[in-house]
Amino acid sequence: MKRSIRRGERAESVIEAAIRVSGVASIVLVLLIFVFVLREGLPLFREYSFVKFLTERGWQPTLSPPTGPWFGLLPNLWGSFLVTAGAVVLAVPLAVGAAVCLAEVAPRGLRDLLKPSIELLATVPSVAIGFVGAAAINPLVKDLFNLDTGKSALAGSIMLAFMAIPTIVTISDDALSAVPKTFRDGSLALGATKWQGISRVVFPAAGPGIIAAIMLGIGRAIGETMVVIMVTGNAGVLPDKGLWHAFTHSVRTITGTIGAEALEVGYGDAHYRALFMLGVVLFLITFALNFVADLALNRRGRRALQ
Amino acid sequence: MIGSTLVNDAGTAAPVAEGNSAAAIAKPEPSQPSSAPAKIRVTNLSFFYDEVQALFNNTIEIPDRHITALIGPSGCGKSTFLRALNRMNDEIPGTRVQGEVLLDGVDIYGPTCDKVILRRRVGMVFQRPNPFPKSIYENVAYGPRVHGEGRKSRLDEIVEHSLRRAALWDEVKDGLHKSAFDISGGQQQRLCIARVLAVEPEVLLMDEPCSALDPASTFRIEELMRELQKDIAIVIVTHNMQQAARVSDTTGFFLKGELLEVGPTLRIFSKPDDKRTEDYIQGRFG
Ligand SMILES: Nc1ncnc2c1ncn2[C@@H]1O[C@H](COP(=O)(O)OP(=O)(O)OP(=O)(O)O)[C@@H](O)[C@H]1O
Ligand SMILES: [Mg+2]
Repeated sequence: MKRSIRRGERAESVIEAAIRVSGVASIVLVLLIFVFVLREGLPLFREYSFVKFLTERGWQPTLSPPTGPWFGLLPNLWGSFLVTAGAVVLAVPLAVGAAVCLAEVAPRGLRDLLKPSIELLATVPSVAIGFVGAAAINPLVKDLFNLDTGKSALAGSIMLAFMAIPTIVTISDDALSAVPKTFRDGSLALGATKWQGISRVVFPAAGPGIIAAIMLGIGRAIGETMVVIMVTGNAGVLPDKGLWHAFTHSVRTITGTIGAEALEVGYGDAHYRALFMLGVVLFLITFALNFVADLALNRRGRRALQ
Repeated sequence: MIGSTLVNDAGTAAPVAEGNSAAAIAKPEPSQPSSAPAKIRVTNLSFFYDEVQALFNNTIEIPDRHITALIGPSGCGKSTFLRALNRMNDEIPGTRVQGEVLLDGVDIYGPTCDKVILRRRVGMVFQRPNPFPKSIYENVAYGPRVHGEGRKSRLDEIVEHSLRRAALWDEVKDGLHKSAFDISGGQQQRLCIARVLAVEPEVLLMDEPCSALDPASTFRIEELMRELQKDIAIVIVTHNMQQAARVSDTTGFFLKGELLEVGPTLRIFSKPDDKRTEDYIQGRFG
């Protein structure tokens, strides 16, 4: 009896240790990657000023001295922001709406059919999505808005929204479904309508989970490379003709720049290092997003769902 | 089919006749509930989960300003019966009702009855305290808010009044904006009672309200019930025989979906008509 308890305890401590080791290992791994990227990127500032990196409005790596080259973070950052923000505006209402329908309205059978299908969408390779974008969305945007070319931030936003929606839908649906039935019953029993219960009790209770879902969706959109290379044109400067003009014209995103130019650079030269510095910035952004998502999930989530 | 069948989403508000205040003035002694006016009259109520019948032809009168206890072994249909009185069963797909439930003489399953309005008049307290993940204040204000009360001063009044009625005010008045999860289970259950009282129900249904609570909290809730009984009709489901004997005026005994016996609590507990009632009360089964 005593013996088996002790053995159980030992097994438990082994399992605990294993979990701790793998947890620490993944943190260490991420840190190592970050350090590597940083180490490759930082020497850029030996030959190119840090201030110029932050303030330069252009990205012209091949421009020859004395005018160039230009390694401006801003056009890349702006492009990423524009495409991602557009994707969020398009994806969030659609995806959260779909999640509410799935969790609260759809009959069980339909939900069991729809949810796996939506999750399947998340597994479509991004090259395929990019190809669809280039073949279908670019011409559509071009014709709709009478542009010279459909390669635009807008097309990028549409495709990224398409990619983020499955993630947001399924995780939001999980969050909504995890809200205890007793909350819904409590609300109904007070004479509230089903929708009052959903909007005032269920939705706020699932809020942290939905925020996390959105963050993860955005994370996927921000990190996406292939699609943006294929549909945004991957060229562009800071906007000077207004937001709509910027949306309907080509942009350059952080991921697009890295993806398109990484294979052309010489090892160790300034261009190479500048691409790594872009990588550092991307790293920091996704890191911050994940951190916020985590905060939302843990801080309020655990309490709301007890 | 007897009476009306379940009607989902009956359109408009029912112009229900209010109260029977004249009769209520002559409030009978609690020991003679049979002469009390009926707040709810249930006739031949049967209930089905899909094709499985859970209630069989039950008939009972729920007197106003009295406490009616429902007892019986687990799975005999007490909760089902209770939920039939405020149409909470409507939310379970595939269910069906037969028979008649009259609230102040109006059929709650009739075509003119709006279940949203019905549930304001017939409130419910659940077995496990189920406060919303909101502050104490917002929990109590929830009902009035969804019914359109937006004035802050009025809400403040309602919240205080309801918490006082639920005997919780003194304990929480300094932390009204704390999370409702930060108080004890017993306090949470009283909060849930306050939340129901905030919509001024005429009937209060309580499904084993004390089964998750300690004796002290149970005692407080029983005290509270006796206080509330002065104004409203209360129906309580309980597995605790002492509790039924302590608080109720009328007791109904359920067995396998059938109300075997209904009568004054004193009589049911001393010399019930049915042998099975006696066996159950004396703990010989269930
Ligand atoms: N949602 C449901 N779907 C199908 N059958 C149900 C459902 N809820 C209850 N039942 C069945 O109806 C019968 C009565 O259940 P009910 O919950 O009303 O019993 P109860 O008297 O409240 O029991 P307890 O004392 O354990 O709470 C049981 O046989 C139960 O299995
Ligand atoms: Mg029950």
